[in-house]
This record gives sequence, structure tokens and C-alpha cells, in this order.
Amino acid sequence: MLKEVFKKPQKGSVFRESLFKEIEDLGINSIGIVAFISFFVGGVVVIQTALNLDSPLTPKYLIGYASRESLILEFSPTLISIILAGKVGSYITSSIGTMRVTEQIDALEVMGINSLNYLVLPKIIANVFFYPFVIIISIFLGIFGGWVAGNLTGLVSSTDYILGIRADLEPFHITYSMIKTAIFAFVIASIPAYHGFYVRGGAIEVGKSSTRAVVWTSIVIIVLNYFLTQMLLGK
Amino acid sequence: MIEVTDLYKEFDGTPVLKGVSAKFENGKTSLVIGTSGSGKTVFLKCMLGLLQPEKGDISYDGRHYDEMSGDEKRDLKKEIGMVFQGSALFDSATVEENVMFPLKMFTDMPSDEKLDRVNFVLNRVNLENSNHKFPAEISGGMQKRVAIARAIVMNPKYLFCDEPNSGLDPKTAIVIDNLIQEITDEYDMTTVINSHDMNSVMEIGEKIIFLKNGVKEWEGTSNDVFRTDNEAITDFVYSSNLFKKVREAQLKEGLL
Repeated sequence: MLKEVFKKPQKGSVFRESLFKEIEDLGINSIGIVAFISFFVGGVVVIQTALNLDSPLTPKYLIGYASRESLILEFSPTLISIILAGKVGSYITSSIGTMRVTEQIDALEVMGINSLNYLVLPKIIANVFFYPFVIIISIFLGIFGGWVAGNLTGLVSSTDYILGIRADLEPFHITYSMIKTAIFAFVIASIPAYHGFYVRGGAIEVGKSSTRAVVWTSIVIIVLNYFLTQMLLGK
Repeated sequence: MIEVTDLYKEFDGTPVLKGVSAKFENGKTSLVIGTSGSGKTVFLKCMLGLLQPEKGDISYDGRHYDEMSGDEKRDLKKEIGMVFQGSALFDSATVEENVMFPLKMFTDMPSDEKLDRVNFVLNRVNLENSNHKFPAEISGGMQKRVAIARAIVMNPKYLFCDEPNSGLDPKTAIVIDNLIQEITDEYDMTTVINSHDMNSVMEIGEKIIFLKNGVKEWEGTSNDVFRTDNEAITDFVYSSNLFKKVREAQLKEGLL
């Protein structure tokens, strides 16, 4: 499948048009839900960290530091990817699957179009290049949500929180986060596309295939997360 | 001419086509008829390269499909128009975008020329003022017209139609049949139509091929189909009460 997907697009102008459409459908249209979840989860992370660091000997700035690290290392790249596997993955499988069962893919093939390349490549490129921006937005909004929650609850002062956010920032952690994001973005586009493209039957099969795609995408993300962490951060 | 020789196709060990051979002449409309499950759609899909037959040869004006490279197959497909049973229009695109799609993919025509060509073919299939509607917003008959417009927009040499009037009322079905026949004559295309509709046989079938259980049971013209002694095709043709009564009347009057 991937060999056909990564062939040169048959018409550059049509590919560019599809790419911008996919960036809008898969990326821009996901920013709202990502922003909402990131803001509130950032707040929850700060509240929970603050409540667990109750020793008077522990400096308060650690709340900001721990929140930033958990958002950069795990929450934004991994958990947001799993959420997007549900939102974007089911959209990809059902849209391609519906095209399959209504013979729209056959229509493309009869016209002499490489349907895998035409349908799947723009989705993969859009995901891989746009998701890092979505995850950066998620990290910033998570940190901002934490600051708002810290101030509203009085668990951590603005000064301490900002001190923690700026403390001991390891630039490679951001690189690690972006590498994970790009790989997960590829998984989020390719596994659901595979399940949609090869579906057989009708509407029920498309539904079942969407569910299967989301489950497998989530499993692959979790397993890859383990190995990538070991490979990139392990000593 | 499209020539199919000894075509075999099976699914999970169950044979669906058992050595079907046929010739489809240039500039003529040929009908492949048969009951549901007789292998008509599989036959058509094998001819179009959508299914890979286990055995057999398909040639388009002497070009053997199996011997073609990927690029040659793609070039051949630019000469083919196809009207699917369910129309297979791109549901996220408007009527205009659907018809324009092959032009966008395969030509470097300027936008206004593309639009002129789209409007020309839409007028040809008697579909006006629907350019900006989506497939879900138009009737089944109109969807079939859009599918025909999309199939002929590149001036194909070969036109394939899978049950072009299924799901349509008898009057619209005849309109679609006649439209396909007119377009075939006008563009001098080789047209192959899958159907189980006897009205189509009477209206447009210059050559009829009857498939039964994956075997070519009979071949002839639309006049022969009502006169043949072949029991299988007689059963098929006169399976409806209307045609039974017509046959009885014809027999009484000594016309058969």
C-alpha cells in the first residue's frame, strides 16, 4: 500500500488543492478540541501536582516545572494524539470507506488515477507537517491553563509558576516531543486510511472498520510511545 | 474493438466467470444481460481492470491489457468512460466539480475552457442549472446524467455502463437508455452496457450477450432475442408477466 501511496502525484495542482483541504479538515478543524482539552488538562495537572507537593520543604516552583515537563513529554504528544486518533482516525476511515463501498474509488481507478496516492498521500503529508503545530499550541495552552488554575485556586503564585516553567528547560525534550508527534501523525493517517481503503461491504462494515482503525491506531501509538521513549530518552 | 477471450474469475474458490469470450465492435452498443448473480458486473470489472481475472485475455483495439505497463494502462483508461450502477459521484463535490474532475487531472486546459466543456456535456445530457448542486441534492435520474456527463467529458473511445437505469422509473430509464445510444452514435464509441432490463434490450441493444451462471449462454441481436429457441434466454426474457402476455399474443398472431 505505502509503495503506491508515496508515488509522485499525477497532477501537482490537484495534489496541492487536496493537501490544503486536508490541512483544514484534519488539522485546523482539530485545533478547537485540542485547545479546549489542553487548557483544562493543564489546569488539572497543576492542581494535582500542587496538592501532592504539600511538604513545606518542597519549593513551589516545582509545580510549574513538573507541569511543563508532563505536558511536553507526555500529555501533548501522546494523549492528544490518542484523542486525535479517535477524531481524525474515524473521519479518515469512514470517508475513504464510504468512497470504497459507493464505488467512488472504483471510479477513480477507471479514470486511470492512482487512488491510494490521490486519497492517502495528502492526508499523511497534512498530518505529519501540521500536527507538530497543533501539539505546540497544545503545550502552550496547557501551560497557560495551569497558570490560570494556579492563580484561581491560590495553590501556586504566578511568580513561582513562571519560575518553574522557565527552570532547567532541556531543549531535547521538545525535539523528542516533536519526533513523537510526527511519527504518531503518520500512524493517525495511515492506519485508518488502510482500514477505510480495504473495507468490503456496506455502511455497517464501514462503521466497524472505523472502530477497528481507532483501536489499532491507539494501540500502535501506545506501543510506539514506549519504544520511542526508550530509544530517545533512555540511557 | 474490444475482444475478451476465455475469461475466468473466481472468488474464494467459487468460479464466477467460466471462460467467457466476446467481441464488442466499434461504434456499436452491446448489452450484457443476465439475472442477478450471473457474473455481469464481475465481467465488466475484469474488462476495466478493477478485478484481476485468473485466466483470459482482454484487448482494446489490439492492445492486450495484461501486456501493458502501468503507464500504458493509465493511458488506456483515459480513453474509457464508465457509468456505475450507483452513479459513484464524488459526494463532497458539486455536479460541476464532478464533471470537471477528469479534465483537471488529465488536461492543461485553461479554467474557462474546462468550464465551457463541462457546460457543453451537461447540456448534452439535458442537465442545466444544476452545476452548483451536490449529488445528494439531485434525483437518481439526474445523478445518472451527471455520471454520463463525467464519463464522456474526455471524449472516450469506450463507454461502459453498469445497470445504468437501475432504480429509475420506466420513463426515466428509457430517457437514459436513449441518451446513451445517442451519445454512442454521436461520438462513435464502443459501448458496453450491463443490464437485466428488457426495455433496454428492446430500446438500444444492437448486440446482446446473455450470461448465465458465469457462462455465455447465448449471443445475438435484439431481434433474435425474441425469436430464439434457447430455453435459458426465453426463460429470462419472458420472466415478466407483461412479456409473457406479449409473447402469447405474438404466438396467436403467428408473429413468432
